[in-house]
Amino acid sequence: MELCDLSAFEIGQLLREKRASAAEVLDSALERIQAVDGRAGVLEPGEEQAEDKQRVHAFITLTAERARQKAAEVDRQLAAGEELGPLAGVPVTVKDIFCVAGTPSTAASRILANFTAPYTATPVARMEAAGAIMVGKVNLDEFTYGSSNESSAFQPSPRNPWDTSRVPGGSSGGSAASVAAGEAVLSLGTDTAGSVRQPAAFCGVVGVKPTYGRVSRFGLIAFGSSLDCPGPVARTVRDAALMLKVIAGADPNDSTAAAAAVPDYLAGLEDGVRGLRIGLSPDYFKITFPDPRTGEYTQQPLPAEIEAAVRKAAAQLAGLGVEIIEDVPMPNTRYGIPVYFVVSRVEAASNLHRYDGVKYGYRTNDPVKDLTELYRKSRMQGFGPQPKLRILMGMYVSAAQYSAQYYKRALKVRTLIRRDFDQAFDPHGKYRLDALLTPTTPTSAFPMGAVYGDSVLMQYADQLTVPANHAGIPGISVPGGLDADGLPIGIQLLGPDFSEATLLRIGRSFEQATEGEEWRKARPMVLR
Amino acid sequence: MTEQISPETFAHLVELAALDLDADQAEYLRGELNHQLKAISELAAIPLDEDVPLSSHGVLYTPEISPELRKDDWKPYANPAEIIAQAPESDQGYIIVPDIPHTTLE
Repeated sequence: MELCDLSAFEIGQLLREKRASAAEVLDSALERIQAVDGRAGVLEPGEEQAEDKQRVHAFITLTAERARQKAAEVDRQLAAGEELGPLAGVPVTVKDIFCVAGTPSTAASRILANFTAPYTATPVARMEAAGAIMVGKVNLDEFTYGSSNESSAFQPSPRNPWDTSRVPGGSSGGSAASVAAGEAVLSLGTDTAGSVRQPAAFCGVVGVKPTYGRVSRFGLIAFGSSLDCPGPVARTVRDAALMLKVIAGADPNDSTAAAAAVPDYLAGLEDGVRGLRIGLSPDYFKITFPDPRTGEYTQQPLPAEIEAAVRKAAAQLAGLGVEIIEDVPMPNTRYGIPVYFVVSRVEAASNLHRYDGVKYGYRTNDPVKDLTELYRKSRMQGFGPQPKLRILMGMYVSAAQYSAQYYKRALKVRTLIRRDFDQAFDPHGKYRLDALLTPTTPTSAFPMGAVYGDSVLMQYADQLTVPANHAGIPGISVPGGLDADGLPIGIQLLGPDFSEATLLRIGRSFEQATEGEEWRKARPMVLR
Repeated sequence: MTEQISPETFAHLVELAALDLDADQAEYLRGELNHQLKAISELAAIPLDEDVPLSSHGVLYTPEISPELRKDDWKPYANPAEIIAQAPESDQGYIIVPDIPHTTLE
């Protein structure tokens, strides 16, 4: 085990005990990146190279120089006996959907490929103020539009460190892959329909979608302004709690960042789960897919291995004193994706209007006859197919003659989705749950190229995670086992607004209870 | 019956969206949109009472968790030149763009 494989917590201890320096920890991460990452994603990748298929390709921009400066600063503080920040010396990656001053901040799109951010997003600034060492900006689906990272304009796109013929998930594919491969200890991702939790599940790491508004979105290049949630990716629950504590909280630059106090997520993390009420819902043990022959939407049972992992987790939690409540109805779960197709696209269309080739980003080099042609050609050449799809759908379902039928209707169904959770968590209701335990994803990581091109099938990868985004509630995914192919399975915990401390506590108890299990000894393919 | 986006409607959307697609791209995207509309049509059959409110977001923003808005005082940005320099073409603090389309009025 190398320094880069340690937890943030362990690194903090090592530094404070002067058994390692921040420079040494950083070197360990940079060596790991050198060993496993291969080429970074670029706009013109050229011919596939022999080793491409065995490498992780998590990065778009490696920020080694910046990292060295920050590590030197931490070592200086250590030598001077100054107090260290809670993330001091910890190598982190940042999903390239966040503006970081002085770095290319591309959104994995040609339209921002030449954009160097003039300011730093709040969650990143807070991590750096806490001493974190950003080693680079990692790859993602273009503008976060996708669940496999394959839509990035920067190729080769990331591969799953457990099996590099498979996707890492998306859109925070680079975040999850870099943490799973030991290239970073923590990563900052975003979750709009599951984009932190799903790749965390595929890559066998911990991912947190905080309550909407828990973490400031200032500096986050917007996709769905009512859905986007910056969140931590880590290898342990404690590390996720540590990072969430650093990034959460009100921000004068984001009026949607909640003024609610940030609890100490570490206090009480080890308190156990006795007496908690955790629900299981039959609506999360079914998955919806279009029938390949008829195109009709049918429901099928969840793959047996995934259901088994969730039920085993429930049994283990029951053994720790949790009361498991079965048959909790969440009947509007199946509408999560249809609602998402409408609501997220309207918000995306609106948020992408600003990319017009005028003030920043890509402007066409073609001769144009007027300003309108400048807009059209710049957007046509700058955006990939996924942004174009989202803009067009967004404009269609919000158009005056269709908005009652689509957009307004979807916003009403969003209310129903929220109500399912309100009823499940109501402290005076029938179920009075502290949390809901569900699978994170309907499948384990699928092969590269298997789903991309079918935009509906791709979107349905998020069917078990997206309801939390509509409802605004928090959710976490923790590793829950491996499937028969040795691929990670994630289990998900969902809770009421601002219940991250409880979800982390449950996750930590589960993690502790399964510490010695065989599946925890397995390592990703790239590390064997 | 699922609503279908016709080529004419699609072309109109493309114009509204300030995009410019070639025929192959247009057909592929139109096909994907219609494919997605099938998923969206799942919403049509849900019984919705008149009084179900719209939710533009999930979390209820109570006064306790809503931040106070700051005073409407403007503060000059420290380095406007740095921002203008981001533009593909600029001159003396102005961003240069082609002229708007001209229409001759009857």
